[in-house]
Amino acid sequence: MAQVEIKGVSKLFGEVKAVDQVDLQTNEGEFLVLLGPSGCGKTTLLRMIAGIEEPTAGDILINEQVVTHLPPRMRNIAMVFQSYALYPHMTVYKNIAFPLKTQGVEKSAIKEKVQWAADMFGIGRLLDRKPRELSGGERQRVALARAMVREPSVFLLDEPLSNLDALLRASAREELRQFQKRVGVTTIYVTHDQVEAMGLGDRIVVMSKGKIRQVGTPREIYQWPADTFVATFVGSPPMNLVGDDDVQIGFRPETFLPVEFLKADEGVVSYPFEVTWLEYLGAERLVYGNVGEKSHARHVVSRLPGNVTLPIQAGQTYTFAIARSDIRHFDRISGLCTDKCPA
Amino acid sequence: MQHMKQGGIRDQAGLLAKVMIAPAILYVVAMIGVPFFLALMYSLSDATTGDPNFRFVGLRNFGAALADPVFRLSMKNTFIFALVSQFLVILLSRLLATALMKEFRGKWLARFLIMLPWTAPIALGTIGWLWMLDSIFSPIDWVLRKVGLLGTMKALFGPMQNLYWLGQPFLAMASVIMVHVWRLLPLATVIQLAGLSSIPKDLLEAAEVDGASPLRRTFSITIPLTLPIISIAFLFGLVFTFTDVTVVYVLTRGGPVHMTQVLSTWTFFKGIEGGDLAQGAAISLFLFPVLAGVASLMLRMARKSEVV
Repeated sequence: MAQVEIKGVSKLFGEVKAVDQVDLQTNEGEFLVLLGPSGCGKTTLLRMIAGIEEPTAGDILINEQVVTHLPPRMRNIAMVFQSYALYPHMTVYKNIAFPLKTQGVEKSAIKEKVQWAADMFGIGRLLDRKPRELSGGERQRVALARAMVREPSVFLLDEPLSNLDALLRASAREELRQFQKRVGVTTIYVTHDQVEAMGLGDRIVVMSKGKIRQVGTPREIYQWPADTFVATFVGSPPMNLVGDDDVQIGFRPETFLPVEFLKADEGVVSYPFEVTWLEYLGAERLVYGNVGEKSHARHVVSRLPGNVTLPIQAGQTYTFAIARSDIRHFDRISGLCTDKCPA
Repeated sequence: MQHMKQGGIRDQAGLLAKVMIAPAILYVVAMIGVPFFLALMYSLSDATTGDPNFRFVGLRNFGAALADPVFRLSMKNTFIFALVSQFLVILLSRLLATALMKEFRGKWLARFLIMLPWTAPIALGTIGWLWMLDSIFSPIDWVLRKVGLLGTMKALFGPMQNLYWLGQPFLAMASVIMVHVWRLLPLATVIQLAGLSSIPKDLLEAAEVDGASPLRRTFSITIPLTLPIISIAFLFGLVFTFTDVTVVYVLTRGGPVHMTQVLSTWTFFKGIEGGDLAQGAAISLFLFPVLAGVASLMLRMARKSEVV
């Protein structure tokens, strides 16, 4: 169990601010996800926490100890790389044993711990194999076992699921989450996949261009995005944004429904919705179209659940609406949310 | 049903391959196969440069070679020069390659200088060394005298004005080894650099996170992963030095008193300059099993070098 504190950390590569004045604190035992597009600084931040990259400014504390300039081995952290970084010339056993060997643990204790870590991930029978003889999922588990064998206080993961094929990714996600809950180690997880982030994180840190845009639970991020970046990055299809005045209006596709299907007490806002395209996806339909008069027309998407069977046709105009409680307001220039969000 | 017409000659991949490899095979057969076969023939005959006709005499030449003390000395020297020089080459090229992995000002100049020995034709380069190692005008001795390591009673290297680099047996051997090292360092450095660059960066980072010190990272990760390529550089250099005639021929002619004689130069002196073609051929064939073994080792190592 550990608390990681990041205080005013910046990282410059020449002129480029990869990480710009980031302040962050983890809660003990939580699964914290750093989410953002490529180049937003999330991996650089993770590497600074690990100690393989030094901050240009700011401090990093683990368990209230300043570790900013300490090498990785003094921080009691473990890291899983995107490529897993398994040592190709060593067997699985030796891979997992390596972190213990560097600490000078004796042979008998090593054997016990390696077996324990391997069993935790169900790879006990693979101990004599070399990494090139393993499948993607097996390699990932070896990487996890190698990270866990030292019983670190902080667990750092850099997009560990992105190398797996889609089917495997979902089950691996579930296993990872359950494992983390069981062991309770503070985990910081980097990903660009917002579905993964929403599914795994206790809290999500949305980053862009080196800065933190919002920190919150998946629900907070989704329902009350702090700015237009978070609103459009999280959620697929992204939040609809309309309005030309100083205030932009945002609403999620699934809140934009034919007016007959809305039951809202505080009232609704309706728009004439000219449909241009439909996608039938089985469980839902995605309806693409325009709202507003010809000159101010804005492209929006509506997500119709399968049980809304109203026939919709491209080229026709329907009346769609959003419940007032589902509407968000954003300042046009800064992009920031201007609603009073619930705490 | 209509079948497409068979493509022309240009489309037959098998035939094309044969045509393209034919010149290389021709070269190997004519320039390597024929002389090798001739050497075999001569070694079993009593041919001389005056009378190169073939008269079978069995293994007499091989026996004579083995009984000859100069031959045995040449054999010993060949191995000593090759092994010592290559050991030094591997060590030094490793240091150079590690240095070249980092970024520093003037790196382009360092690379240029390191590559220079390789670009010099071997005979010219060795002639340059003749001057460096001259018994009177050696610049090396000049420097040693200037810093007081030579020329005075208390000097580390003795009271003489000059070290007889090519005249004193031990120094002559050291000189030959030094020139071999100088010549092969560029190639070995490039090979080592390729090996070092091929290690994925995150393997070393993972080792760092796993708690490995720089020394441990070198011995547990870098060296094992570059071992196949180091072996190739080593074996390559071995073949180069085993077969080299130029360095010894230009520097010492095999002297003083055969102390730097190697099999390749002894073959030349005995077989061509001395006229005893048969003996020369027999001497040269002694290297064949060694070189064949080294070459097959190299091929095995090349197949082993894979990362992940």
